[in-house]
Amino acid sequence: MQDASKAKAARTLDVEDLTVRYGTSTAVDGVTLAIEPGEVVALLGPSGCGKTTLLRVIAGFVRQAAGRVRVDGTVIDHLPPNQRNIGIVFQNYALFPHMTVAENVAYGLRARGIGGPEVAARVSRFLEIVQLGGFKERLPRQLSGGQQQRVAIARALAVEPQILLLDEPFAALDRNLRLDMQIEVKRLQRTLGLTTILVTHDQDEAMSVADRIAVMNKGKVEQFDSPVAIYDRPQTLFVNGFIGTTNLMPGRITSLQDGTATVSLDAGASLLLPAPQGLGAGQPILLSVRPEQLALSSAAGPEAWKVDPGLSLPIGAQLVHEARTADGAALKIVEPRRPTGAEPGRIYCTLTADARPSLFPRPA
Amino acid sequence: MRKLAEWQLALPLALAFASIFLAPLLMLVGVSFFNDDKISQPGFGQWAKFLGDPFSYKVIADTMLLGLKTVCATIVIGYPLALIYLDASPRLQKVLIFIIVMPLLLSVVVRTFAWIVVLGREGVVNTILLQLGIISEPLRLLQTELGLVISLTQIEMPLMLLPLISVMSRLDPNLRDASSALGASRWRTLFKVIVPLSMPGLVAGCLLVFASSTTAFISQTVIGGVRLIYLPLLIWQQSLVVFNWPFAAVVSLTLLVSVLTVVSALSYLGRRTGGYVHG
Repeated sequence: MQDASKAKAARTLDVEDLTVRYGTSTAVDGVTLAIEPGEVVALLGPSGCGKTTLLRVIAGFVRQAAGRVRVDGTVIDHLPPNQRNIGIVFQNYALFPHMTVAENVAYGLRARGIGGPEVAARVSRFLEIVQLGGFKERLPRQLSGGQQQRVAIARALAVEPQILLLDEPFAALDRNLRLDMQIEVKRLQRTLGLTTILVTHDQDEAMSVADRIAVMNKGKVEQFDSPVAIYDRPQTLFVNGFIGTTNLMPGRITSLQDGTATVSLDAGASLLLPAPQGLGAGQPILLSVRPEQLALSSAAGPEAWKVDPGLSLPIGAQLVHEARTADGAALKIVEPRRPTGAEPGRIYCTLTADARPSLFPRPA
Repeated sequence: MRKLAEWQLALPLALAFASIFLAPLLMLVGVSFFNDDKISQPGFGQWAKFLGDPFSYKVIADTMLLGLKTVCATIVIGYPLALIYLDASPRLQKVLIFIIVMPLLLSVVVRTFAWIVVLGREGVVNTILLQLGIISEPLRLLQTELGLVISLTQIEMPLMLLPLISVMSRLDPNLRDASSALGASRWRTLFKVIVPLSMPGLVAGCLLVFASSTTAFISQTVIGGVRLIYLPLLIWQQSLVVFNWPFAAVVSLTLLVSVLTVVSALSYLGRRTGGYVHG
């Protein structure tokens, strides 16, 4: 897959200090992202976080108040959308309803002044790539949602763009089809070695498709990192809460020594954890830990705290326990389902051996 | 049972339609086949007289041309206006739609007399042009076809804009962005995407403007005067001045048939292009 010409074709994309304002509100607030050639980056965040606006700035549909966008180091801010050579796939696909599939794919080629047999050849090639070779003469409304999306992708790719932008491209597809298309897009992107930005509010989608994720909130990038790092080492409370399920327990750092912090939980336990950066002794904190990093046990101890067990729900191969701590925090605990069935008397909760809890300063 | 009930619901309208529209139309056809203005001797005399006179064909052609010229003018001015409306902010859109609809709130007579003030010898246009020194003699605009097309264009504009705007505002705004991102210039986007997709609205607008301007008796006579003769004026003269009702009936039917012919041609064209979108 990695033949030289394709690897060379991939571009870097740099977003520098980008700010977009709509009237008095700031939609994108000083965002900086350095995207490597051939990388897939997901812009992930709740609706209204500025991710789509950022995408539209890169495509050239929206003008920024400040900051720059560079492709391969060259500033493209002054270029109108039709001179940027950036492919975009819209959430609703935006296929031209009055043109056939082949005409849709040929549209960008014709707009670039390419004519005759080359158009036909490229249309055929890209429709083959998205496995729609036999659908050339159909109109978009005669296709299913997944097929329409593949036409939209073929249309965006046929002009051989420098960058590919995907605006919530899977949101309108049903669950099974979505997974198929995610794999399909990832495969295409790998084959063509195309630098790609994916806008999504679906964390699973971001996790499965992207090489790196930029988690956005209120116009700012909260964290820009690999999916694993985002999941395991969230940098902010927002990222921590937005990605995956997490348990938050209030506590306080009682002492710091040799890179180890002693954390006293309000739930009634004392934990020794690697010292977090920027937090001092006496700091009220929130300890965040994933459900699978907690365990129930029947043995008391200094690092265990008493809980009031609630419901236990089998979900697939896992068992999800609900529990409540003495100070009232609700916990979710996930463990592999064991054939032995329920074990009574497990009223103590501990961190598992491989747990990597995160500490955040407690908001006042 | 239910089907029958639904059918019966349409009965009052059907009766009204038959008695107020269909019956007079049939009477009109009947009256046209009498030779004398007393409506006593049946025959094809009036038809022969009308169709045998080269002047009739000139009037038919002038009337149809007036309609086509007005349609062209409303497209040339109305289409860009619809595009501007589409790009405007919601607040500006409200103002624009008010301005667009306003002519409909005024009586045609009032609008037409307003145009006399604008187009007259001492009117607004001539005064401005004279004072700017662009012309030395007042232009003759009243009682010319140009003046008539100008005023009809303004008077019929809402009939072009409303269907056009209603179709255009339903277009997905992403289509324009998609076209642009694929490398198309604004003009290419306009002619390859926006125009084809707004065809149903454009055709509807053309039908309304054409039918309305070819039959606009008040504007045609007040602006055009008696020097410009169109079919509606001829009908009025024959029925209410000369009292030759059979001849008036012949002219009326000619107007009806010629307008219907052009209108069906237009809507056939509209169905062919609109088929891509809705078909």
